[in-house]
Amino acid sequence: MDKTLNNKAWFLVAPVLVLVAFSAVIPLMTVVNYSVQDTFGNNVFYWAGLEWFQEMITSDRLHEALWRQMLFSVIILVIEVPLGIFVALNMPKKGFWASVCLVLMALPLLIPFNVVGTIWQIFSRVDIGLLGHTLAALGVDYNYTSDALDAWATVIVMDVWHWTSLVALLSYAGLQSIPEAYYQAAKIDQAGRVAVFRYIELPKMQGVLLIAILLRFMDSFMIYTEPFVVTGGGPGNATTFLSIDLVKMAIGQFDLGPAAAFSLMYFLVILLVSWVFYTVMTNLDREEAA
Amino acid sequence: MRIRTSAIVMVLYIVFLLLPIYWLLNMSLKNNTEILGTFTLWPDNLTLRNFRVILTDPAWYMGYVNSIIYVVMNTVLSVTVALPAAYAFSRYHFIGDKHLFFWLLTNRMAPPAVFALPFFQLYSSIGLFDTHIAVALAHTLFNVPLAVWILEGFMRGVPKEIDETAYIDGYSFPHFFVKIFMPLIASGVGVAAFFAFMFSWVELLLSRTLTSVNAKPIAATMTRTVSASGMDWGVLAAAGVLTIIPGALVIYFVRNYIAKGFALGRV
Repeated sequence: MDKTLNNKAWFLVAPVLVLVAFSAVIPLMTVVNYSVQDTFGNNVFYWAGLEWFQEMITSDRLHEALWRQMLFSVIILVIEVPLGIFVALNMPKKGFWASVCLVLMALPLLIPFNVVGTIWQIFSRVDIGLLGHTLAALGVDYNYTSDALDAWATVIVMDVWHWTSLVALLSYAGLQSIPEAYYQAAKIDQAGRVAVFRYIELPKMQGVLLIAILLRFMDSFMIYTEPFVVTGGGPGNATTFLSIDLVKMAIGQFDLGPAAAFSLMYFLVILLVSWVFYTVMTNLDREEAA
Repeated sequence: MRIRTSAIVMVLYIVFLLLPIYWLLNMSLKNNTEILGTFTLWPDNLTLRNFRVILTDPAWYMGYVNSIIYVVMNTVLSVTVALPAAYAFSRYHFIGDKHLFFWLLTNRMAPPAVFALPFFQLYSSIGLFDTHIAVALAHTLFNVPLAVWILEGFMRGVPKEIDETAYIDGYSFPHFFVKIFMPLIASGVGVAAFFAFMFSWVELLLSRTLTSVNAKPIAATMTRTVSASGMDWGVLAAAGVLTIIPGALVIYFVRNYIAKGFALGRV
């Protein structure tokens, strides 16, 4: 749509600007402030320059958390995206069952994050959980509180359970927008199932899949509550992801300087990815309009 | 044949989704001796004790009341300020509009963990710590951008000619906006409100950091089940079941817009 130039529109945006500035800019400035200062208590602060940044960049603790975080996000994407597309392809196209599927699939998305953690904590406990109990009965030596690999598996299965539906719902919305004529044309050309997927469905889902991948990347990159409830970051530090580590540092140990430097670098990574996301998305919007 | 395999896939997937939820429900209807002592697939001695504990103890049910208060405050606040802004983004070019739109998005993407500590200090210093409004304001960080994006997506679908015709007919902007424009994007407002409600409801890190007693959300109250006598699993499960209900109730109404909402209005 062609828009008119009108700088008075700023007045309409002003309330949002004030509100978000209050809840985003002020706190962020506090973080910047802490990141360059040191304190020995009593609210006396000393200029520390880039000391905290240097300490954080070279810290093994941060590197390990970052490494775990990357690994987690990659595993999540590799499992959830193909699975989500697969589920979307199998969903009923319309009618009563389509509604039933939509409602049931959206259910995990609307559960509070810590309840998701609680559900899985209960579900996978060896003594009282269905999953843990079944695995134990099958003779699998499974215990997510003491074995790092089991903890990882539990956290990943939990995230797949929690968020695959998001990918599926978005892909489904993309599939719904394909006109029936495309499929008829493919039928006339005697295209196989794979060809239909590769040349009709996949290109049409491109836009929504991009959103799904980036949302999943972002949200898995800042995951906190669910693994925290299930494993508490353990055993040891095996499932201590970036956010868990940051909260531990900032609120648990009250190491303000390092935590602030950590926060800023963390935020910068997110900002970079958001920018890529935004650029690609607006380009897609423009192509569609053209 | 194809229809049947896809039905099997769907059934398997949905069973996978519902099994953990069923297990929670199952546990919420058992007493603790049955939970810990025996392994049963459904409650042998069906009991509503766990739910009764929650609904009669103020320490428990106030958690729900607190959560609902700040969630509703946040929803109203987010949608109200987002409406004019979304209109501006969908209709006008203005200096810095693209940068502003992007900046809003980055707030949706900002990790709450980064903001937890500064929020705590900000709201403590202005005397709002442990109040509902503090949590409601903190959640606008990600809900206002979300609402702006969703509403902008819906507003783009309304032809511009409608605005122009209304102005020619002599409507003032506020009059036009409320009388003509709002009804046209009613479903958009509903979806934006639903998502603001949902994301505020499921968030825990900020709401827990900003409250201690008076505005403590249910999600944080759930940690109370750990006591000297061990874990009260039944009550924990019942509390979990009760937090799922609000989402489950409204989801039916927005089922066709869920994808659009999660995609920030871009489907």
